Amino acid sequence: MEKKTCLYDRHVALGALMSPFGGFIMPIQYSNITDEHNAVRQHCGVFDVSHMGEVRITGPDAEKYVQHIFTNDVAGVPVGQIYYGMMLYPNGGTVDDLLVYKMGENDFFLVINAANIDKDVAWMKEHTTGFDIKLDHQSDFYGQLAVQGPEAEKVVEEVLGIPCSELKFYTAKVVGDIIISRTGYTGEDGFEIYGSHEFTQKSWDKLIESGRCKPCGLGCRDTLRFEVGLPLYGDELSADISPVMAGLSMFCKLDKEEFIGKEALAEQKANGVAQKLVGIELADKAIPRHGYAVLNTDGEVVGEVTTGYHCLSVDKSVCMALVKTEYAKLDTPLAVQIRKKVFPGVVVKKKFYDKHYHK
Amino acid sequence: MAKFEEGLRYSESHEYVRVEGEYGYIGISDYAQHALGNVVYVDMPEVDDEVTAGEEFGAVESVKAASDLISPVSGTVVEVNEALEDTPELLNEDAFANWIIKVQLSDPSELDALMDTKTYATFCEE
Repeated sequence: MEKKTCLYDRHVALGALMSPFGGFIMPIQYSNITDEHNAVRQHCGVFDVSHMGEVRITGPDAEKYVQHIFTNDVAGVPVGQIYYGMMLYPNGGTVDDLLVYKMGENDFFLVINAANIDKDVAWMKEHTTGFDIKLDHQSDFYGQLAVQGPEAEKVVEEVLGIPCSELKFYTAKVVGDIIISRTGYTGEDGFEIYGSHEFTQKSWDKLIESGRCKPCGLGCRDTLRFEVGLPLYGDELSADISPVMAGLSMFCKLDKEEFIGKEALAEQKANGVAQKLVGIELADKAIPRHGYAVLNTDGEVVGEVTTGYHCLSVDKSVCMALVKTEYAKLDTPLAVQIRKKVFPGVVVKKKFYDKHYHK
Repeated sequence: MAKFEEGLRYSESHEYVRVEGEYGYIGISDYAQHALGNVVYVDMPEVDDEVTAGEEFGAVESVKAASDLISPVSGTVVEVNEALEDTPELLNEDAFANWIIKVQLSDPSELDALMDTKTYATFCEE
């Protein structure tokens, strides 16, 4: 039985196509994916991302504990700073990718993927031994809105009345009972706002009634994040896909004293990995989808598509794929088996559209 | 509201066939294009390919998903609608005017197993 977010009734009233995602019944689209995608690239869109999980870590050893379970380095960073990184298994496989907000000294706010909430919280609790911390699982308390697009700053300030222009990329602040950060998953400027269910509902209503912000579903959230090369856990990261394989080493600080999975990653960096994540651009318009086979020029299977679309912002059929490392070099000819046909393509950077962050 | 064109035969997988003499024009129904949303690619067979009733002959892709095309009849492909290669959204504009393949029917009796317009419209409402 899927859970509902605090905005479920509003999605249904707007006529959204609802579908299960990560244990929740979520809006996939309200009008259509293309229009919603373009609204975020050109103007402003709002997403209900209340399905995301939140965990607060406080206590004398909070920083030490976060350093232990998280790949990025939060030692001594300023309050309000946000870091992206992963939690890893000792073998380097990925438990989840997440954001860590430093809310105060020894006070961290962790945002995790909906589909992984139970697994992540169990994992975190398993690794608290020896750390004097309090772990507060707050997913049921927080709703979350993502307001994204070049007009997001104006919309948040003028419609919601929350000052945010001074927030720098990947920083957060507390305003009353809410947390607002300049973050997102679209490649555009934007904000994510965490608040009570009541706050989330009222804010959603204001945003929709203003007409300045299009309701956007998870369908375009995926096309938007995909074309700027952002990974989705389950596609580009998993228990079998390490950050090194996914090309995300920059978020894993091997110069840190220790974190779970560090030795495995160091070994992968030193000796190489058998498979790597690449981008592939096809010559034809056929669409490579998750799970389709990637072939070399001899027709041998050398990998698998992780995510693929006919990319909306650049009008090309492209995918991310996990392939044997010897085929991961740029310009390597590879093909994708799409149903009965084989479509030739070439390895390209796995960023198909440039990000437009406010930095 | 989905439109239902008279005089066609429909399958439960939402393809139609418009019979003209020994040929059948196969496409997807207006109901199907609504359900799919924006069509961004149509994967079509080639001329002279054989299609078999109940079997896949291609696919229609929306942004989010690929849906197999299931042939309502058996026969030989004599023409494909090449306009769909560059303008797949024609299926959204008018699914009945924009057929996908033209087939020389090998067993016209297969048409009896398909639904008429009224039966199909009722099928879609259920």
